[in-house]
This record gives sequence, C-alpha cells and structure tokens, in this order.
Amino acid sequence: MTTHAISAARPATALTLAFTAMLGVGILWMAGHAQAAALHDAAHDVRHATGFPCH
Amino acid sequence: MRRTTSVTRPASPATEAMFPRLLTSALIAGAGAGLLAALLQLIFVQPLLLQAELYETGQLTHFGADGSPAGSLRFAGIDPLRDGLTVVFSMLVYCGYALILVALMALAEMRGAGVDARRGILWGVAGFVVAQMAPAVSLAPELPGSLAGEVEARQVWWFACVISAAVALWLIAFGRSWPAWAAAVVLLLAPHLWGAPMPEAFGGPVPPELAALFAARVLGVGLAVWAVLGVLAGALWNGERDG
Repeated sequence: MTTHAISAARPATALTLAFTAMLGVGILWMAGHAQAAALHDAAHDVRHATGFPCH
Repeated sequence: MRRTTSVTRPASPATEAMFPRLLTSALIAGAGAGLLAALLQLIFVQPLLLQAELYETGQLTHFGADGSPAGSLRFAGIDPLRDGLTVVFSMLVYCGYALILVALMALAEMRGAGVDARRGILWGVAGFVVAQMAPAVSLAPELPGSLAGEVEARQVWWFACVISAAVALWLIAFGRSWPAWAAAVVLLLAPHLWGAPMPEAFGGPVPPELAALFAARVLGVGLAVWAVLGVLAGALWNGERDG
C-alpha cells in the first residue's frame, strides 16, 4: 500500500526534488561562478577559498 | 480500485508538503556550515590570499637571490566589508550545496536508504570528494596571481568533473552490480585522463610554497565543513521527516 501511495505521488515528488536541486545549482552558479564584475569582486575570497575557478 | 485506496489514504510523510521541509533542512544546514566555513577561511585561508595579493600586485617579488620574507600568515584582523561579504557568500555557497545534498538524501531515502546525523557524515565526506577533492586533483585551488587556463574553459571542466564524480559516488553507494561500479571508476577517472585546462606556461608571481600551503588548507577546511554540512543535513532532514 505504501508502495502504491509513493508511486501515485512519484511525478510530483520527483519534480520537487529536481526543483530543489536545481535551485541549489542556481545559487552555486550565481555565488561561485558567474563572471559579472560586481559578483566576482564580492565573492572573490570565497571563490578562491572554496577551490572554484575564479579569474 | 487499489489506486483509489492509495490516493484516499492520508499522504505519506514523503509526499506531504515536501518542498518546505526540504528547504528548511537545507537552508539551516547550509547557513550553519557556511558560517563555519567563513570562520575557518578567515583564520586559515584569507591570510594566505592577502599575502598572495602582495605578489600579484607586485608589492612583493620572490625571484631575488635571497628569496622573499615568508611574512605573517596569521589572522590579521577584520575588514568589515570584505569579511562580511565572505560570510554572506560562504553561506550562499553552502546553502546551494545543501539544497542539492538534501534533495539527494530524500531521493535515497525513498529508495530505501536510511538518513540520519550519523550517516550524514558519510554524505558530507562524499560531498567533499565530489565538490572539492575530485576537481582539485587536476585543477588545484588557485591563489590570486597563479597562472591558469581560460576561466570559462576551467569552469566547464569543473562542472563536468563534479557532475561525473557525483554520479560515480552515487553508483558506488547505491549501485548493486559490477557494471555500475565499473562505470563509477570510468566516471571518476575520465575528467582527469581528458585533462583540465592548463596555463600555456608556469611561472606566476606567487611563491610555490604559499600556493602549496593554500591548496592544502582549502582542502582541509573543505573536508571539515562538508562533514559538518552532512551531519547537519542528515539530522535536520531526519527531524523534518519525523516531525
């Protein structure tokens, strides 16, 4: 029964998980990789100290 | 008929308003780990960055016959704007990682794996391997002033390496067959056999001693922070699911 409950909800759950992970990727891209000058300067030390390619 | 029963049944904890619970666990874990990261970086990593910038801007050079003074690599005090931005962006970066981590924990849990604080350590160490150790093997953490390949090419390689390492570790942890494990080995090795973008020549202005210490510290701090992120995410997701 539990299996059926999960399988009925699977598309919505999968979408929720995918959306959550993509939100994380978006934040990482913005904070860690986007090359816009203001972002780059503000995040400079963190980018170096986290091992991201910086400049 | 069966389907009707399952739908009329109260939604299981796995389905009911999942997004707010994912978000709460991830943001609290990410903020905590990000604060710790900022603190460790300010003490152990930023002094090396500041020292490297003196070489990058030409205020110090190390090619003289007598070398150059090692200088102070100790915490040099607070610069409110610069250090404040470090705290903010550190929290952002680890919140980003935490969102991905908690989503994967929830997925693993739906497939039968247990998630709690203790097992969270394993998740955290795996996250460190994926996001820091794997790319660092071919693209070592760089000090300002280090010579390096084109930044766009390095970013593409970085993402490719991190994604393939993530898939590889998932296959190692949850794969149940030799082909899955073999694919994991291929995925772990491929980005490094392909090779990361390199500078055309070596010879940056920053002393290699400083660059080596920096790379080691970045990885050490990264491991500590990721282990804590894993514990926090595991504990919080465990609590959110049961609560």
